[in-house]
Amino acid sequence: MSEMRFSKDHEWIRSDGDGATVGITDHAQNALGDVVFVDLPEVGRVVAAGEACAVVESVKAASDIYAPVSGKIIEVNAALTDDPGLVNREPSAGGWFFRMEPADAGEISALMDEGAYHSFVDSLA
Amino acid sequence: MVESQSESLAETPLAALHRELGGRMVGFAGYALPVQYPAGIMAEHLHCRSAAALFDVSHMGQAELRGEGAAAALEALTPADVAGLKPGRQRYGLLTSPSGGILDDFMFANLGDRIFLVVNASRKEHDFGHIAAHLPQGVTLHRHEDRALLALQGPGAVPALAALAPGLAAFSFMGIGSFDIGGVNAIISRSGYTGEDGVEISVPADQAEAFARRLLALPGVMPAGLGARDSLRLEAGLCLYGSDIDETTSAVEAGLVWSIGKRRRMEWNFPGADRVREELANGPKRLRVGIRPEGRQPARGHTPIADADGAVIGEVTSGGFGPSVGAPVAMGYVARPFAEDGSALDLMVRGKAVPARVAPMPFTPHRYAR
Repeated sequence: MSEMRFSKDHEWIRSDGDGATVGITDHAQNALGDVVFVDLPEVGRVVAAGEACAVVESVKAASDIYAPVSGKIIEVNAALTDDPGLVNREPSAGGWFFRMEPADAGEISALMDEGAYHSFVDSLA
Repeated sequence: MVESQSESLAETPLAALHRELGGRMVGFAGYALPVQYPAGIMAEHLHCRSAAALFDVSHMGQAELRGEGAAAALEALTPADVAGLKPGRQRYGLLTSPSGGILDDFMFANLGDRIFLVVNASRKEHDFGHIAAHLPQGVTLHRHEDRALLALQGPGAVPALAALAPGLAAFSFMGIGSFDIGGVNAIISRSGYTGEDGVEISVPADQAEAFARRLLALPGVMPAGLGARDSLRLEAGLCLYGSDIDETTSAVEAGLVWSIGKRRRMEWNFPGADRVREELANGPKRLRVGIRPEGRQPARGHTPIADADGAVIGEVTSGGFGPSVGAPVAMGYVARPFAEDGSALDLMVRGKAVPARVAPMPFTPHRYAR
């Protein structure tokens, strides 16, 4: 399994063989608060990097989730339908959102690594 | 909720305490207030329903009317029965416009020699200007900008506070009185905005932080922010001014006819009486209703409501997830033919129809001390 990369919109992406898994960071889930519903994209949808493709509903508000890279959605996390709280409890594991087939693997390596992302989050405070 | 991130947010007397408690501050009605503390909206909401939650509502407008004829002066601006309110009692009322819209909703209380008022933060400049401009000789409005307002809400609120305020437990819902609590002059009403038993407490601003710390030290009390306040009032079916009621909605459309005094409905001498009378006689075109979406997806304010043919027949005015209900809940206006409990609706969330039904409010039973 390769290392996680991070977008400025607080998504993480990790290459895993035939595709890449996408979720939101611990920082993002903490900012959103208790997640009560996740509106996931349709499998087969082709998205551009930065395109809104999922929606997270917390008690208070709805927030867009963006595709960190361009590609095709190949799987969504069905477990979030019954247990959206997974996003809060396990943001970088069981709370993943979808898997995609990246159009260009180079787009992933161009994203922030963990150290750069932490510096980025610190710069927002 | 109307939130803003204006650069010039005012602070309440509890601002330092909120930050110390880890409150996540947001702009609301021109004030920096905590939307939540580290426990989170869900936990704060559920704690209020099971124990007691402390809210800072110091942003709300407090004032009193003094002088001979104060009740009659207020009745010229509201359809509520002010004159018939007994000493030691509080009531909910509407300020109405000549065309029958709602200028604000507010609380008024008979404190014996004066009428105590609490109005919405977003409307206080408007309301107090409006009231002051309509007072006759001898009646005066005094704003209480030197007082904070705290809400201690939940089944544990009165049992906990009664240790400090002997006599409070004998109050019923909407009872109000003054207490001396360790040298703090507290005006306490058994009321709130959560659907739970509880109190709202007006205290001098310069003593508010120490007083709030005393409340937080009472058994079972935890702080709660604006997020939980909004989800609690939504489950309780209570209106938020600016979202669920405004200058375009009438008391009849909003289902708030109960706040119009019986005597006032015979005299018809309040602002907007013609519209209320006409709508009571012929039925309003639209009505505020409770809405239960199917599934778990919330429908927020401004979500269009469609009928089975896709025609828009209304709009959600408040919506979210009800932590106590364990499902999404909403309220909004629908055309009258669709207002009956059980009516099937489609909520157009991001262009997709979410099936829903009209449902009775409150979504969680009120537990007031009647």
